[in-house]
Amino acid sequence: MAEKMELNDIEVWDGNYAASQALRQAQVDVVSAYPITPSTPIVESYGAYVANGYVDGEFVMVESEHAAMSGCIGAAAAGGRVATATSSQGFMLMIEVLYQASGMRLPIVLTVVNRAVASPLNVRGDHGDMYAGRDSGWVQIDAFNAQEAYDLTLCAFKIGEDMDVRLPVMVHQDGFVTSHTAQNVKPLQDDVAYNFIGKYQPYEEMLDFTKAVTYGAQTEEDWHYEHKAKQHKALMDSRDVIDRVFAEYKELTGREYNRVEKYFMDDAEVAIVALGSAVETARYAAEELRAEGIKAGVVAPRCFRPFAFDGIREALENVKAVSALDRSCPMGAMGTLFNEVSAALYTNDKRPIISNYIYGLGGRDFSVAEAKRIFKEQKAHADAGHLTTPIQQFSGLRGPKLGFFETKRGN
Amino acid sequence: MAITSIKNLKEFSTANERFEGAHLLCPGCAHSMIVRELMNCTDDNLVIASNTGCLEVSTAVYPYTSWDTSWIHIGFENAATAASGAEAMYKARKRKGTLKDPDAPVKFVAFGGDGSTYDIGFQWLSGAVERGHDFTYICLDNENYANTGGQRSSASPIGANTTTAQAGRFSYGKKEKKKDMVAIMAAHGAPYVAQLAPNKWKIMAKGFQKALETEGPCFINTVSACTTEWKFDPKDTIHVTDLATDTLMFPIYEIIDGHELNILYRPKNIIPVEEYLASQGRYKHLFKPENKHVIERIQKDIDAKWEYLQRREEARV
Repeated sequence: MAEKMELNDIEVWDGNYAASQALRQAQVDVVSAYPITPSTPIVESYGAYVANGYVDGEFVMVESEHAAMSGCIGAAAAGGRVATATSSQGFMLMIEVLYQASGMRLPIVLTVVNRAVASPLNVRGDHGDMYAGRDSGWVQIDAFNAQEAYDLTLCAFKIGEDMDVRLPVMVHQDGFVTSHTAQNVKPLQDDVAYNFIGKYQPYEEMLDFTKAVTYGAQTEEDWHYEHKAKQHKALMDSRDVIDRVFAEYKELTGREYNRVEKYFMDDAEVAIVALGSAVETARYAAEELRAEGIKAGVVAPRCFRPFAFDGIREALENVKAVSALDRSCPMGAMGTLFNEVSAALYTNDKRPIISNYIYGLGGRDFSVAEAKRIFKEQKAHADAGHLTTPIQQFSGLRGPKLGFFETKRGN
Repeated sequence: MAITSIKNLKEFSTANERFEGAHLLCPGCAHSMIVRELMNCTDDNLVIASNTGCLEVSTAVYPYTSWDTSWIHIGFENAATAASGAEAMYKARKRKGTLKDPDAPVKFVAFGGDGSTYDIGFQWLSGAVERGHDFTYICLDNENYANTGGQRSSASPIGANTTTAQAGRFSYGKKEKKKDMVAIMAAHGAPYVAQLAPNKWKIMAKGFQKALETEGPCFINTVSACTTEWKFDPKDTIHVTDLATDTLMFPIYEIIDGHELNILYRPKNIIPVEEYLASQGRYKHLFKPENKHVIERIQKDIDAKWEYLQRREEARV
């Protein structure tokens, strides 16, 4: 039996430590992992729990991230709770197996500390890795601070392991800004946290020999399509379970989570849509601009996947101008978040003016001043009744201003 | 039916059928003989992981499966890691008391072809063996990427004609020596490593049993004659394998704890390698006068290896 850890009502934890504590409290059966900056402290902390008897599961330190996720798959198919952590290049190396995990419907939890993807090599935070996972069939939940990294990692187990879901879940947090910034975090006591998640329920497990199971079969054009469609449906249907788990978590802790997080959106005229720690920066900026008379608001997809197409549409239908912020280089297209948000808005009669900002690549700081400037630009679009800038711009970039695509409406 | 001893082939081959006859492997493929023998040589529960390859694509095409046991395939390279993960889960659940039948003996086995073992999955295998998981890895070595049509692998021998190291007017086929995987795995300090062949089925079954019974990571390289890419008549699989073991192209031996080498089969009459080479279309070009030196080289390498194995066995180091 693993020893319990006495926790204070308020602990000072960074995002990495918060995530590691959630893994410990979940009493994961197998952690199969490979360290990489900036998520390394998650597995180091976990190693300390193992060494000191706070965990009685297996801790398998493998030789690469591809192997880390491969080990997670083998372990999960053997019928127990499984988790790991990674970032950036490690995430990229894992990608092949991420698809296998979701295709086999294995509820693995992966804590992703977002980091830029080389080349050039960069250890700082951006969302290049998170975006690379978007078609992998995982639930992708985004934490904006250390408290959320803790809360949402606990929720991730409950969501993924739900018998109506049985899908792997990623919990994202921003590299360094969240992972290495110590904040006040209110943890649950061990029993409370474990009971919230509940005991792992094995399903079609390889260690029950009363029934043979085959994992990872081949399907060609006769069945592959049906399997993938079913997987997509499972991910879509996970929305209800996510809502239910968030409601239960609120009941337990008072902390509220929604698939679309809205801030000052009741009467907002201009809005920013963003992911990650930038959400908090944008919220702070919105609050300050409210004092200046600009009705600014912030919308944040708490779930990057399944994407809340309807929730985003509903949240933004009454604004005049909105900018979707992407912390990943779009490489020859509009940013992913811009595309997702635009698509949602296009299906509505009311379509706000929308633009796209790329920002914060490779850990470039995203400041309150920058967020305020973007809000003010939205205000200028709103007042003019059309875009006054190119549709896609780069915020905080040195050198000549970059902008792409002009609007064909409103002029 | 329980296997308590390996008496005769007929009895052995009808025992404990957990690898079903229905599969899509080529007629004459040695893979199924090796896999069936592994599964027949134990009564313990089996968790089997397979790398992508001929065996995997031929035995688990939805909605069918040939595996009447727990079986998993993830990717080309990671069966050893899948087995590692499952074995770790077994240990964790046994400790925590969450197994359905905690007393039932379980063995973890991974299968890979030479493509996934010698090449693309080399790192995953090395990692799993270094970590000391209690599992047995069996390489079905047919010396080429047979599943994708006969490309070279680092297990392909010198002189073999493969689609990516072709014999032609300016080439005698593969130029490089076969990687010595058995030595590499022994150098990991694995407690049991062996090279076995399905024509010597009693020796093979005993080797499999030894590996399964040995705690820790065991590695077995099995010779799997490939009718399609070696180019011989499907009825000749065992004949070709006999030539492989009796020319010493594939010596049968084991290495215990990384150093104790035992030769498990000594041919009464060692056959010159020409006979083995002549039995397969992939070596046809070597019988042209300009390629005579390649055959000489192959024979020289075989002789040197046999000498080395005998001296290692004698030296007990």
